Amino acid sequence: MYPELGQLALILALLLAVLLSVVPLVGALTGRDSLQAFARPLASGMFVFTGLAFAILAHAFLVDDFSVAYVANNSNSMLPWYYKFSAVWGGHEGSLLLWALMLSGWTLAVTIFSRKLPSVMISQVLSVLGMIAVGFFLFVIITSNPFDRLLPNIPADGRDLNPLLQDIGLIMHPPMLYMGYVGFSVAFAFAIAALINGRLDAAWARWSRPWTTVAWAFLTVGIALGSWWAYYELGWGGWWFWDPVENASLLPWLSGTALMHSLAVTEKRGVFKSWTVLLAIVSFALSLLGTFLVRSGVLTSVHAFASDPERGSFLLMLLGITVVASLVLYAFRAPVVHVRSRYGSLSREVFLLFNNVLLVSATALVGIGTLYPLVLDYLEMGKLSIGEPFFNTTFSPLAVATGLLLGVGIFSRWKKTDGGWLARKLLWPLALSTAITAAVMIGYGGFTPWAFLGVFAAVWVTVATFWDLWDKSSSRNGRLYGLRRQSRSYWGMVLGHLGVAMVMAGATIVSNYGIERDVRMQPGDSAMVGDYRIVFTDIGQREGPNYTSEYGSFDVYLDGKQVSELHPEKRNYTVGMSMMTEADIDAGLFRDVFVAIGERISDEAWAIRVQYKPLVRWLWLGALVMALGGFLAIADKRYRIRVSKEKEAKVIQPDASGKTAEVTS
Amino acid sequence: MKRLFLFLPLIVAVAVGVFLFAGIGKDPTRLESVLIGKPVPEFSLESLNDPERRLDTSLLKGEVSLLNVWAEWCPSCWDEHKYLMHLSKDKGVRIVGLNYKDEREAAFRFLNQLGNPYETIIFDPKGKLGFDLGVYGAPETFVIDADGVVRYRHVGVVNQKVWEQELLPVINKAKGNS
Repeated sequence: MYPELGQLALILALLLAVLLSVVPLVGALTGRDSLQAFARPLASGMFVFTGLAFAILAHAFLVDDFSVAYVANNSNSMLPWYYKFSAVWGGHEGSLLLWALMLSGWTLAVTIFSRKLPSVMISQVLSVLGMIAVGFFLFVIITSNPFDRLLPNIPADGRDLNPLLQDIGLIMHPPMLYMGYVGFSVAFAFAIAALINGRLDAAWARWSRPWTTVAWAFLTVGIALGSWWAYYELGWGGWWFWDPVENASLLPWLSGTALMHSLAVTEKRGVFKSWTVLLAIVSFALSLLGTFLVRSGVLTSVHAFASDPERGSFLLMLLGITVVASLVLYAFRAPVVHVRSRYGSLSREVFLLFNNVLLVSATALVGIGTLYPLVLDYLEMGKLSIGEPFFNTTFSPLAVATGLLLGVGIFSRWKKTDGGWLARKLLWPLALSTAITAAVMIGYGGFTPWAFLGVFAAVWVTVATFWDLWDKSSSRNGRLYGLRRQSRSYWGMVLGHLGVAMVMAGATIVSNYGIERDVRMQPGDSAMVGDYRIVFTDIGQREGPNYTSEYGSFDVYLDGKQVSELHPEKRNYTVGMSMMTEADIDAGLFRDVFVAIGERISDEAWAIRVQYKPLVRWLWLGALVMALGGFLAIADKRYRIRVSKEKEAKVIQPDASGKTAEVTS
Repeated sequence: MKRLFLFLPLIVAVAVGVFLFAGIGKDPTRLESVLIGKPVPEFSLESLNDPERRLDTSLLKGEVSLLNVWAEWCPSCWDEHKYLMHLSKDKGVRIVGLNYKDEREAAFRFLNQLGNPYETIIFDPKGKLGFDLGVYGAPETFVIDADGVVRYRHVGVVNQKVWEQELLPVINKAKGNS
């Protein structure tokens, strides 16, 4: 009975989404307030029914209702309850339902936090979100219904959740990622509404900024969780594989990062409008592309999701309609009038423009690398996948360049920066960064040009950020007062940039100074990795809730002292008959020691993978710091106060876009 | 004129869309070996039976042969072995073995138990040649023509069906050409 109610809830949500995509928009275009007033209730209703559908599916999982095909395929009665719950989004149908739930959640959030926005604007934004929702509800209901039943032959037990997904990292990873993906739909909706209105002004940029920032922050956390999970769960000890699905999440992140910065310029200085609106469209399009790539199976990936041509075609159609419609609108409505350059060649505007050029180049590069195999296949030039070397050699220079530019950009001023002043300003930070980098090189022992550049970029960003903080916080009332006086959005920027520096440092150090060894070991053997001696003491067996496992015991010694004992496992999941390698890691802020059991070579001996991973944690900590910066930035006071001021300004002078920017910057 | 530039993103998006559409429904996992039509990668490895003897690509020239990747630790290799014995004993097929990531003693134990269908066995304990050949996992079987060029790659067990439907046609063609 319940699953049918779930289906009904989904259909009702679809109907509300259809109404939401039409009624408020018509109201906005014809200027009828009565129709615009429907936007909020419709959005709330859509959320309620999607939430109901999701709750019913979750209930089916928790009570082991194997008459529901999706539950039978992705769960098992032996599964612990928390995995039963996370199994709701463990497969295709449920993860799309989660997508839809998040979309209606974001839509609801827009209705709550945008009370002070002009009604016309908010109606259009909500209508655009409604259109996206229509597409996804149709997709779920037509091609991927999670409530399909297996009647009358109800299976006695389920086929179990993919063991790869039975993990805390994977409980959190998809929701965070989807929050990011779907979050860009809000920035997209604002961009479309602004294009329809022809009002791409500073106010539009200010409204879009917090939404973009928070979506970006979620996406950052999502990507970091995925990378962390791959590191300890896939058993290879790598943290980024340039796998198509990983790339699919990196694409909107890169363009979203560009969008955040370009929105800042548009808000403060009223320039780059056409560019910013294009980035907003592209970021969301790339989020959809990511969903398409993951769910259609057109590319090979470690994320071995079932591919289904029907679903692929439907998603592509959805993607096509969204992208073509918005880009046609863009082509006809985006302003071509070039704003007379109100900024000098060394201004902050120009630095942010370079930042955008680099980030968009990186996006294009990752995009080309990911889609190139498809293009080749289409042109019948053979199957091929582009591997890590391509990405590593092309992406690293862009990352380093972005870091170097970032450090300079921090000191630059809006409108005009004096070249001589800037050069003098950079002298000391430059010297300090070089000295620190040299010390790091000596500490890790061994100089390579790339390691030097990567570490230098990271140190440079850090030094510049703190230097600027020091400059800004000087105050007659003391340093502490000066620090407190800084706005939350400034602190957000500081954290964001420090996070980037941490990720750069982690990536560079672990790639250049990490050690990986595959050794043949039997109990009693020992192996050296870096300064660590790893002794294989024993191998045994144990039973888990839904698996049996062979586990090894390893003692880790540093300078003759034992630092830890590790128990990597090889698990055999009984229901699905699949083997999983569980690495064990002695984690530390400055280094990880990683041991994983590989295949059994002979009766006594095993292939053991031992790794020394310096600073690997900084990759994920850095991402968290970045995300924290994002959340801090949106908590800034001005988003709450200025909105109402803005509205008043609008009433007095509807077309004063340039002036309002001046006033509020 | 400037407005025309604004159509650029649209054009790029449509072009990407065409490729994406073409990709739907194709199976991306069917990666053919990139080596097909190319010579076997250079190698210099010991013979399994005689550590003093170095083998190289000349071993695979002069005659059409099967290159079979196997190991004692690989359960499917045990299943496959009987059919390989049949091929070499009864059909006179030349089979060269590639003992992959294995130990000498284990390999001997395997052959003593099941017999030896191989004319020569390349000993590749580190999987070097296996890596160059792009081996996913044992067993895999390659058809090599008389010029030492890879003609076909089969992943998985060789049995009568695979032999008749996949390997034999390729071998006959390779024999016809040279």
